[in-house]
Amino acid sequence: MTDATANPVQPDGRKHGSLLQQDARIKRRNASEARFKFYGILAVATGLFFLVALLWAIISNGTGAFSQTYLTVQVELLESKLDKKGNRDIADIKKVSTFGYTPLIQDALLKEVQDRGIETEFAKKKDMKALISASAAAQVRDHVIANPDLIGQTVEFRVLASSRVDGYLKDRVSRESVARDKNISPAHLDLTDALVEAGVIKKIFNLDFILGSDASDTRPEAAGMGVSMLGSLFMMLVVLGLSLPIGVAASIYLEEFAPQNRWTDLIEVNISNLAAVPSIVFGILGLAVFIQFAHLPQSAPLVGGLVLTLMTLPTIIIATRASLKAVPPSIRDAALGVGASKMQSVFHHVLPLAAPGILTGTIIGLAQALGETAPLLLIGMVGFIASNYPEGVLDGFVAPNSAMPAQIYEWAKRADPAFYERAWGGIIILLVFLITMNIIAIILRRRFERRW
Amino acid sequence: MPVLWIVLIVLTLGGVGFVIGRMRAMASADGDPRHLHSLPNYYGTHVFLAVTVPSMLLLVMWLLVQPLVINSQVSSLIPQEAVSEGSSLGLMMADVRRVADGLDTAVAAGAMTSEEASQIRTEFTDIRERLGAVGVALGSDVRPEVLKAAQRYRELSGRYGLIMAVVIIGIALAGMAFAWSRSHAEFRARNVVESAIKSLLILASSIAILTTVGIVLSLIFNTIEFFKLYPAANFFFEPTWLPSFGGGTDSDGNPLSKLGILPLLWGTLYISVIALLVAVPIGLFAAIYLSEYAGPATRAFAKPMIEVLAGIPTIVYGLFALLTVGPLLVDVFGAGGLLNVSWMQGGTAVMTAGLVMGIMLIPFVSSLSDDIINAVPQAMRDGSLGLGATKSETIKQVVLPAALPGIVGAILLAASRAIGETMIVVLGAGAAARLSMNPFDAMTTVTAKIVSQLTGDADFASPEALVAFALGMTLFLVTLGLNIFALYIVRKYREQYE
Repeated sequence: MTDATANPVQPDGRKHGSLLQQDARIKRRNASEARFKFYGILAVATGLFFLVALLWAIISNGTGAFSQTYLTVQVELLESKLDKKGNRDIADIKKVSTFGYTPLIQDALLKEVQDRGIETEFAKKKDMKALISASAAAQVRDHVIANPDLIGQTVEFRVLASSRVDGYLKDRVSRESVARDKNISPAHLDLTDALVEAGVIKKIFNLDFILGSDASDTRPEAAGMGVSMLGSLFMMLVVLGLSLPIGVAASIYLEEFAPQNRWTDLIEVNISNLAAVPSIVFGILGLAVFIQFAHLPQSAPLVGGLVLTLMTLPTIIIATRASLKAVPPSIRDAALGVGASKMQSVFHHVLPLAAPGILTGTIIGLAQALGETAPLLLIGMVGFIASNYPEGVLDGFVAPNSAMPAQIYEWAKRADPAFYERAWGGIIILLVFLITMNIIAIILRRRFERRW
Repeated sequence: MPVLWIVLIVLTLGGVGFVIGRMRAMASADGDPRHLHSLPNYYGTHVFLAVTVPSMLLLVMWLLVQPLVINSQVSSLIPQEAVSEGSSLGLMMADVRRVADGLDTAVAAGAMTSEEASQIRTEFTDIRERLGAVGVALGSDVRPEVLKAAQRYRELSGRYGLIMAVVIIGIALAGMAFAWSRSHAEFRARNVVESAIKSLLILASSIAILTTVGIVLSLIFNTIEFFKLYPAANFFFEPTWLPSFGGGTDSDGNPLSKLGILPLLWGTLYISVIALLVAVPIGLFAAIYLSEYAGPATRAFAKPMIEVLAGIPTIVYGLFALLTVGPLLVDVFGAGGLLNVSWMQGGTAVMTAGLVMGIMLIPFVSSLSDDIINAVPQAMRDGSLGLGATKSETIKQVVLPAALPGIVGAILLAASRAIGETMIVVLGAGAAARLSMNPFDAMTTVTAKIVSQLTGDADFASPEALVAFALGMTLFLVTLGLNIFALYIVRKYREQYE
């Protein structure tokens, strides 16, 4: 061959180098190799950085929502104001609106300030308004209506502080930022400092945020996730109750019984396409079919559940089919061999063996559905609806409600930055649910999944 | 809730049927299951299915058809000339239903007797005020023919509801009697039950098709409705999006709102391109590194961590865009920012939404590309390395060209995600529809406008609300096209190496 006698000097004039001494070209190639690898590391690091940044943003902004500032005051429940007739008739007591209670609380706080000898420019009870939440009066009123005997006594109440005071203790509000704020003045913040010192104002764990209901635009300090959490719960019950049986049935048919024909192909193409349809389109479907056509109640968790069921079905079907496929054919053959019918072999043997995989897929599908927002907005499950607890189980399904992500969206849209903290806090709650569900799914898979 | 009661009654009947069917079969075999053709429970199940399945199917169909029938009967009550200017029969029927629902609510709340609700006349009573008292808000005064139609509507739906209950329970009972009479020892209960179950399985698997049909029909009908009220040419080619508050038409009968899709498409495209510019390089390089360079420990840690990004709900990304990334970008590109330029006016911008959406898409690109790169046969790498190529040369000149069709498919799938993404753009991109080249301007997208048009107070039958369906149709077709094309490419590629 001519190659064997070829000139040791290459046509381009390079000499054979030593393995120990890299020539310029090798150096260049190695440098490019190192560069390429570095890009890869950089990409992975960037991805991880984004994850960390996201989690950091959530945690640093959201933890504040789990503590809340309260005022402890001795409220004198004057009989002359709350029960003028003095007969403790509950109907008469109910006639006194929250406006009747507000001055009592303001008085109590002013007294607290004066008793403790705190020096302040404020001497009128109206001046205390800036420190007290607008929902404090409702809180006291509810307590009095529940216990009418308390009227005439002085009772210790722990009421919500206003969102500005709360923000001040959480470093969201500063003296500079309140300069233009008509709700509160820097002097109020001085008073707040003194009251914190005196132990009247305290920041404690905020159970109401987890269990409470949404509040109006002006009372961010009273807003909570509880009702929308129930809305999400009822929706998930609908999704679980419908998508699990339908999904499993559909997968059993497609995996075990379906003949290879056009109809089966059509179903499979449909399922894979539905998995990629934007979620908002499912919202349009829900609006047009369930609400406009079938006249189901608007904003009901039932309708939300139906829409999310249709969205979740492809996920569950794909997971179920994979786990059915993982059951070895020998199991089916053995069942058929001892005289079981095809149906019996599937339902008595294959399905129980595939159950862990199916459950895992279902939980992951539910977790996806739990975080979905856009379709819910279209069928009217918007945040501000979640202000009343459902009255019963049936009511929970059909009464207007919201869901956790929609509630978060609602808070994100509001003008008062105090709601942003609630939104981040809501995200923490939502993520706790999602992480729990995913961990359960992982444990199920680790524990029960069998490999043949 | 009468439908719930019907369902409960039918289920109870089914339970009873199960017991008596099983008992009769056992009795016919003198109490010894060995004389039966099938196991005793199959006889019970047979009766249960015969009771529940036909009646439930009928119930569902009845509930679907009844509104149509009532609609057609009631709409004949509204004379053609009563349909006012700028309105349509569909709009009138929506009014009729609202009044009928209002009357129902009033009766349920005890504000009206049912007698009164069916006799009431607009000439003597202010319906709007009466219904307003029980919390039913009506947009305009109720006209006599609408009220008459509404009363007819209530009457018909009450009558049909009663007929439905009787028919369905009758069918359930007939099914029970028929199945019960067949329950004896020689009856092949198992075969019948199994074929019935198989039909149910087929039915369940057809739900996917029904969903698609539902999506397509609801989009098509409402889109046609929209194009009746708004010229299609304007929708597709007008460069402005300016829905007028409260709708209405000018003196020539043209709608006041300008509903051109172009600015929305431009916003969608711009944001998606930025998102892909972020996601594709990062995702692709991450996939290459994780599949070709990383050791098993790194891979086992980094791959699931990056995939966590895909499991985070989009509302979280939306909030991240609105409250973290937006202000951060303003600090850099806004007036008086780090760069001392004033490109950016507010936190919501194409760039904000695009960046955050890009983060969301990284795992889509990386996992799909990872699968595809792993599917390239090892022999091809070995061949290239054996010829003296470095690892990166092998990747660039052998692995990537082989995987290219699949990677393109993955990018197309990511693009379809980006186009259909809603919450990030609703929160991060702003609400102003404009055709601008500046990536730091607020723009809006198709999905964001679907949300805003359908969550406002606009009447469902107005062009301002119906346009959302036309937008949805566009979105559906675009994403469907992208998906089908991407799946086609991916599948074709996979077959090559299998």
